[in-house]
Amino acid sequence: MAARNAIFALLPALMAAPAFADDGNNDDIGNITRFTLDNGMQVLVREDHRAPVVVSQVWYNVGSSYEARGVTGIAHMLEHMMFKGTDKFPEGEFSAIVSREGGRLNAFTSRDFTAYFEIMAADRLPIAFELESDRMVNLQLTDDALATEREVILEERRLRSDDRPEGRFGERFAAIANPGTGYAHPIIGWEDDIRSISLDDLQSWYAHWYSPSNATLVVAGAVQADAVYALAEEYFGDIPAREVPAVRDPSVFNAAGERRLVYRDAQARIPQLRLSYDVPSFATVEDRSDVYALLMLSAILDGGDGARLAEQLVRGNEVVAAAGAGYNPMARLEADFSLYGVPTDGQVDEVETALRAQIDALKTEQVADEELERARNQLLADHLFELDSVFYQAMQLGMLETTGAGWQTLQDYQAGISAVTAEDIRSVAERYLLPEHLAVGVMLPDEQGSDA
Amino acid sequence: MKRWLLGGLMAVITGTGGAMEADIQQWSTDNGAKVLFVERNELPIVDVRVAFDAGSARDGDHPGLARMVSNLLLDGTAERDAGDIARRFERYGARVSAGSSRDMAEVSLRSLSDPDNLKPVIEELAAVIAGANFPADAVERVRQQTMLGLQQAQSSASSLAEKAFAAAIYGDHPYARPPQGTLESVPDITREDLQAFHAEYYVAQNATLAIVGNLSRVDAEIIANQLTAGLPAGQAAEPLPAVDLPAASQVVRVPFEAGQTHVLIGQPSVARGDEAYYPLFFGNHLLGGGGLTSLLAERMREERGLSYSSYSQLSTGAQRGRFEMGTQVRNEALEEALEVLRGTLVELIDEGPAADRLEDSRRNITGSFPLQLDSNRSLLGYVMSIGFHDLPHDYLSQFVEKIEGLDGAAVQGAMREHLHPQRMITVLVGPADVIDAVAD
Repeated sequence: MAARNAIFALLPALMAAPAFADDGNNDDIGNITRFTLDNGMQVLVREDHRAPVVVSQVWYNVGSSYEARGVTGIAHMLEHMMFKGTDKFPEGEFSAIVSREGGRLNAFTSRDFTAYFEIMAADRLPIAFELESDRMVNLQLTDDALATEREVILEERRLRSDDRPEGRFGERFAAIANPGTGYAHPIIGWEDDIRSISLDDLQSWYAHWYSPSNATLVVAGAVQADAVYALAEEYFGDIPAREVPAVRDPSVFNAAGERRLVYRDAQARIPQLRLSYDVPSFATVEDRSDVYALLMLSAILDGGDGARLAEQLVRGNEVVAAAGAGYNPMARLEADFSLYGVPTDGQVDEVETALRAQIDALKTEQVADEELERARNQLLADHLFELDSVFYQAMQLGMLETTGAGWQTLQDYQAGISAVTAEDIRSVAERYLLPEHLAVGVMLPDEQGSDA
Repeated sequence: MKRWLLGGLMAVITGTGGAMEADIQQWSTDNGAKVLFVERNELPIVDVRVAFDAGSARDGDHPGLARMVSNLLLDGTAERDAGDIARRFERYGARVSAGSSRDMAEVSLRSLSDPDNLKPVIEELAAVIAGANFPADAVERVRQQTMLGLQQAQSSASSLAEKAFAAAIYGDHPYARPPQGTLESVPDITREDLQAFHAEYYVAQNATLAIVGNLSRVDAEIIANQLTAGLPAGQAAEPLPAVDLPAASQVVRVPFEAGQTHVLIGQPSVARGDEAYYPLFFGNHLLGGGGLTSLLAERMREERGLSYSSYSQLSTGAQRGRFEMGTQVRNEALEEALEVLRGTLVELIDEGPAADRLEDSRRNITGSFPLQLDSNRSLLGYVMSIGFHDLPHDYLSQFVEKIEGLDGAAVQGAMREHLHPQRMITVLVGPADVIDAVAD
């Protein structure tokens, strides 16, 4: 993935997308407009007039994978601090105003992005813009606010990770599934880092990354695109662009080698198995048809209760109680193709054997026409069903932009999925789902330790 | 600045004037199933939900029975096995799922509205709902999965807390039992139990259908008839017994090694249809139901850094739902957190809401109503709730009007009458020495 930097983001004319034509099948349901402000801020508008509601999201191209050792969790910590107020809107005012106006708000941090959103009656959009544009530049960070918020985040860490067997296992597994990359550490950060990140660290994080040239504004709902553009210019247009640091993500391992985690947990009651192959994302793949083939492969395995894992493992193999597979190509770095399994009677090795046999079968034999057709129909129907959620429509655009896939991917999806052949699926299985790309993680209840 | 406007190239979705004016049509099928329908043409999709008064409150002596029936509903008929059934939906891109709560069991289908896709999946769904025959191998498989889920839940503090809370606030009432069953009850459920439950409760007189999407009234009637034709008329389930309030307050302790203690404090609330629901909803919103601006979030999180999540919630059911305050707090700060939670509730009941808070909450509740119906799926849930609980079709507008008409004294009065701190249950899930140090 090419580094994103200020130069790249400050070429508005070149960044604007060419008009596209839909393929005619659903030409009245995809209505996306893209603008670029002079300061480099991207604006994406998706009109949906079913209800008088608007979703406004500001996405920053920064997440936990941008963090250095010693400050893990800082992207998420700044997200919390973004609610601590400005001169104009002191602490509590942001949420109070949105609430009084009948809105909802929140924020989320992931490996590749930090995003803030408001959901409001459509005519309240200027309020959301005023508040978001204010905190893009005027955030007041204080020691007092940090001291309180640090405790809140430590509670969040206990709740999500420290106090749950699945949380403890998940953090350990991420560390071996993504060796040497920004995806190896938890989004919420290590406890020691959460305790030691300073106000200066946060100031500099904010100054570095929270520039309009590093942000995408996504608006979906009952709005007119050109009116949104005018409003965006009014509220965000005067914010000066700052240079954003070049992102350095060194290539680490081409093939890291097969890795294995065996984790015993005193509180876990049942064994669990996870498999993760390093595979390309939209951002890292050379030819996007490989991504579409991997999405189809994932649906062949686990597109539903009639797919292979449910049919052949859960119902067809007495050793497997539950199994699944998934692939999310919206990642800035390499993506994971992941599988999981739960044994009926503790025989986790046999579950692993069965899952790996499923992968091997995909390499040697082409999937049947009926399976191919079924997986395709499911993916295309799901894609259409997603239009029902205004919020998710905005989410998709933001995720595609911040992971380097590009929002236009949404328009290519149908053609991409439609073009996948049985041989394409066999080929991606053979090229990517290799032992040298695989991490295996096993969580065992402690009492099983003696007989393992 | 250069910009490209794409709107001109594509038809713009035309609005219908907003979901609040959703025109709900209602009728009954010949054999007595209630049907509610809203036509929505913007997307080429159809959502169908069939609900039965067959939730875990009907488990009788077999906790987990209703849940197991719904988990097995799509797993076999006399003609077809689970995989066969699933593929008959998947082939057409349809999504189908079955689930159950304490009051309700439901099957949901989302399909493309094109008749070539819709017709075959409706036929399949009709055959499955009426003809589910609980094959022995599927029963054993689902039993095994349920047992594993129950075992896994023992390592989850939030699951342990929820189970203990429901048991304590509902006492002898069927709502007290866990919908997923117990490690003791699930092994004893037989295929005959499942079949008998299905025969008694999955019947037309006990069914409510909600249909939302791109089809005409005539087509909706055909679908409703198809989905219910195979069902015996049967009869509606008997009303559930009333819920009694706990006689006295009680602290329930569940030992669990962790850095945090999970806290739930509450009691049964009111049943759906009770007029007190509106002022209680209002009071709960400003106490802990209104997100980051509510009293509990402000005092627990913003001011003191005691927790990530502190909330209160109010639900209703066919019988009394629940009022609950919840948080998770580091063990050292448990006493302080309990003081803040209980103190804030008592203060609100004794002194009533501050005028500015009352108005802010009112504006949030009344201003956010369009947000609740911004998708076909949320509309489906709303319509089902109206049908299942016999609410008026303009329930949401009425709701907004009721909130508009309430003052601080009405909110305080309802809280004083219906929320009793001296009879509330407190559940603590945390290390034994920490939770034992808390006074009863």
